[in-house]
Amino acid sequence: MRGKKKGILESNVLYTVIALIVGFIIGAVFLAAAGISPAVAYGKLVDSVFGKPKYLLWTLIYASPVIFTGLSVAFSFRTGVFNIGAEGQFVIGALVATVIGILVDVPAFIHIPLCMAGAAAAGALWSFIVGLMKVKRGIHEVLSFIMFNWIAFYLSNYVVNLGGIRRESGGEASKDVLASARILFPESVRKGLDCSAANAGIFIAVIVAVVIWVIIEKTTLGYRLKAVGFNNDAAKFSGINSDASVLTALGISGALAGLGGAVQILGMGGRLSQYAGQEGFGFQGITVALIAGSNPIGCIFAGVFYGAMKYGGSKLTMVQAPTEVIDIIMGCVIIIIAISHVFKAILKRITAKKEA
Amino acid sequence: MEIFIQNLGLLINATLIATPPLLLAALGSCFSERSGVVNIGIEGMMTIGAFTGAVVAYFSGNGWLGFLCGGLAGLVLGVIHAVVCIQLHADQTIAGTAINFLGPGLALFLCKAIFNNSSETPALDGAHKLPKLFDGVFKAGSFGYNVLNVYAVAYLVFLFAAVCWFVFYKTRFGTHLRAVGEHPEACESLGINVYLVRYSCVILSGLLAGLGGAFVTLATVSQFRPTVIVGQGFIAIAAVIFGKFSPGGAMKACLLFGFCSGIKSLASMSNAVSPNLISMIPYIVTILALVFFVGKAHTPAANGKVFVRSR
Repeated sequence: MRGKKKGILESNVLYTVIALIVGFIIGAVFLAAAGISPAVAYGKLVDSVFGKPKYLLWTLIYASPVIFTGLSVAFSFRTGVFNIGAEGQFVIGALVATVIGILVDVPAFIHIPLCMAGAAAAGALWSFIVGLMKVKRGIHEVLSFIMFNWIAFYLSNYVVNLGGIRRESGGEASKDVLASARILFPESVRKGLDCSAANAGIFIAVIVAVVIWVIIEKTTLGYRLKAVGFNNDAAKFSGINSDASVLTALGISGALAGLGGAVQILGMGGRLSQYAGQEGFGFQGITVALIAGSNPIGCIFAGVFYGAMKYGGSKLTMVQAPTEVIDIIMGCVIIIIAISHVFKAILKRITAKKEA
Repeated sequence: MEIFIQNLGLLINATLIATPPLLLAALGSCFSERSGVVNIGIEGMMTIGAFTGAVVAYFSGNGWLGFLCGGLAGLVLGVIHAVVCIQLHADQTIAGTAINFLGPGLALFLCKAIFNNSSETPALDGAHKLPKLFDGVFKAGSFGYNVLNVYAVAYLVFLFAAVCWFVFYKTRFGTHLRAVGEHPEACESLGINVYLVRYSCVILSGLLAGLGGAFVTLATVSQFRPTVIVGQGFIAIAAVIFGKFSPGGAMKACLLFGFCSGIKSLASMSNAVSPNLISMIPYIVTILALVFFVGKAHTPAANGKVFVRSR
């Protein structure tokens, strides 16, 4: 019994739940201060996710891309680097998927894998360059990732406005990608589900999450990458090429974020819009990875949770509540998870006193 | 020739408008990074400063009061970052990420709460913005008008950069803050209060980032919009790295990036080069500088590392 209790106190799940509860409480304080009833706002949030089956479907659609960026960041955490550049890799992946989706005209069974592979390769490359700079020149990856995020941002806006890519009318966006590149369900199915954007993204996300779990937990590659992340010097001493490991880890992490960009475009989006500000998928991925405790399978659930918050949050305007309360909640959740070791220490001290 | 001089005047004018917010934020970042605390939350701190500045100036009609309050709003986020990173030993990059959720989130939340669900504040009256230095002295559009008649704060900021340099290299506090960023354990054994120095520096970085953000809404744009800051906080961080973590270097880098932004605003008038390509320049320059020059330079040794007080 005592062992079980200790297990709960040491598991990260408890602290994640605490973080979420505190986050929602702080969100409620802000809502109340703004003269909005937290009960009404949170009620709307829950209703917009669980109210109808098709709402749940939308939640999954919103979740698919953030599961990918969550996996990307989680993979980097497990291998001892911090991929704060998932944002840029996502953008580059979305860009490449869009360009291939518009310009290449081949049957769907070639077109979809081609877009996915292109996006994954582009994301991997975007991250790999940063890895090279880290390994060869000792440049801290966080700094170069931030720079690469913004280069991707402006590059995407540049390409979207090029002739041949830009749509003739209807706003600052690319043309629609060809139907053969889309991963939407067949029209009859979508009509039956009453959801125009129902797509295979979530299935791809779950499959990839399982693959990543297997790589991390069950393969020598995963073992090697984790060893370098855990203790670089010890890994080097035991004969692991740590430079190659860092590059591999960053490449895989970037590919995951790039895939997320492809799923967003080929699934829900259908086209690439000019960005006014960063879309935030990469930063949301950091939150997903933190909530999931960097566990790939956990990323599926954390991603679905975040998808629910994004979709439900977008409906908050119907009760005059600002959508941004979600950002406030998530910001608080991140901070509390980041300081969860403090709670851990306090709880341990309390239980130790009780036992003594 | 006349056209050349006029364009040069416009370019200098655009540079003098674009540089101050970057420079304020960058000087703040210098303090934080040199004391050993990574602060990537600068962007969020600028955003909350931009919003607060615009709102206070709108309701009070006083640009200076708005500017000050913008700084204080950034300071509040600075305090959060400081407590979480210094006292509670959180991962500094993750804490900064949280600040970047909180800053823009709070700004837009409050904006919608105050202004009837609008994500923009009403445009500020010219008289409620920050004052210009030589209003009415020069003929509109002349070279002197463009170069000298800029917002008074723009000049103050450069003066302030000199003050920061002095603090960094000529005062006791400056020596301490640089030492604390290199070897906090040694500093502690010498009786320097590492936490106090770091607290001061991180909170100062919040204040300065908030002031920088407020400059954008009180001088450049005259209202708060969701896209008013996009990336300027990160450019400021880039400038600090590019300037090798010193106030003087950061100032030169900010002038360079401000100049890029000046070229961008001129080029967007003529449509000759895509403004998106020009927007990339600061980031690409920083990457190249990191790879070829700065890479070997010294980053504060204790930067980003958790320091636990032994007492």
